[in-house]
Amino acid sequence: MHFALSDYLMDAVHNSIEAHASRIELRLEEFLADDGRLREIILELVDDGCGMDAETRKRALDPFYTDGIKHARRKVGLGLPFLKQLLDETGGSFSLESEPGEGTSIRCVFDGGHIDTPPVGDLAGALAALISFPGEFELEINRRRGNYEYGVCRSELIEALGDLDSPASLALLNQFMESQEEFHGETDP
Amino acid sequence: MAKLTLEELRKLRGEKKQEMEMRDSSNKSIQVVVGMGTSGIAAGAKDALKAFTEELNKYGLTNVALRQTGSIGLDHAEPVVEVKMPGMPDTIYGRVDAKVARQIVEQHIIGKQLVNEHVFDRPAADLMSE
Repeated sequence: MHFALSDYLMDAVHNSIEAHASRIELRLEEFLADDGRLREIILELVDDGCGMDAETRKRALDPFYTDGIKHARRKVGLGLPFLKQLLDETGGSFSLESEPGEGTSIRCVFDGGHIDTPPVGDLAGALAALISFPGEFELEINRRRGNYEYGVCRSELIEALGDLDSPASLALLNQFMESQEEFHGETDP
Repeated sequence: MAKLTLEELRKLRGEKKQEMEMRDSSNKSIQVVVGMGTSGIAAGAKDALKAFTEELNKYGLTNVALRQTGSIGLDHAEPVVEVKMPGMPDTIYGRVDAKVARQIVEQHIIGKQLVNEHVFDRPAADLMSE
């Protein structure tokens, strides 16, 4: 199991990248109750990757299933099973829709009040790592916490930074994402 | 921290670029690859990536390409990082947390000495892409 929600999220986005998606939409929204406590977290991921047929869709949730493309002899694939298990254990909901040739979407609703719902964790670091992951894909990020929201696209950041594999660019990318994730004083009680 | 806009980010990058071009214009001859598969993520590969970014940037090393990949194949030793550079053997490091990442930058990349206690074997043949 992963430590934080941002780790699960990285795993899920890697699935989309490996499914050769050219466009990935990621939405992470934290809704707060009137007293400022976390009420609900919604994670949505929509890609236009290769998609899965009904059989594969079912097997994708089996931890001992993998497509065998990345590692020919391995028999494990823990990304989605981890996520499903987490939601089963914390009173959340998980749904997966996928069509071959069209893409895959997942939607997770976490109960923010459940004691075993993990913290969001270092989201700025996770998003920076996903944005700088090698490959040709667009990643559109929509983020909300309470009343505060922002959106950013991978292509905009590549345009601004040039390359995403030099330490100088990566340091600026981290700085940028951390500044976006700075919510203190805006919604925190 | 003030919220950065894309415009400000562009400006910062422009300043950095000039600085970098003055310092060094040679190609990126050093490669650092961080394994970011499921087991890598679970073991904290993201923290290693961040530490490499900060440390390489701190020393102003411009001839380094810092990249991520899926699982490198030594899942028992995650986070796993591969370092390739001229004058040093291609090396796979295991159990690389933020502290070890900083040590690799100082000792391996700058000092050209292996960080012995974190060197691991090359992974099994079926997991190698080369």
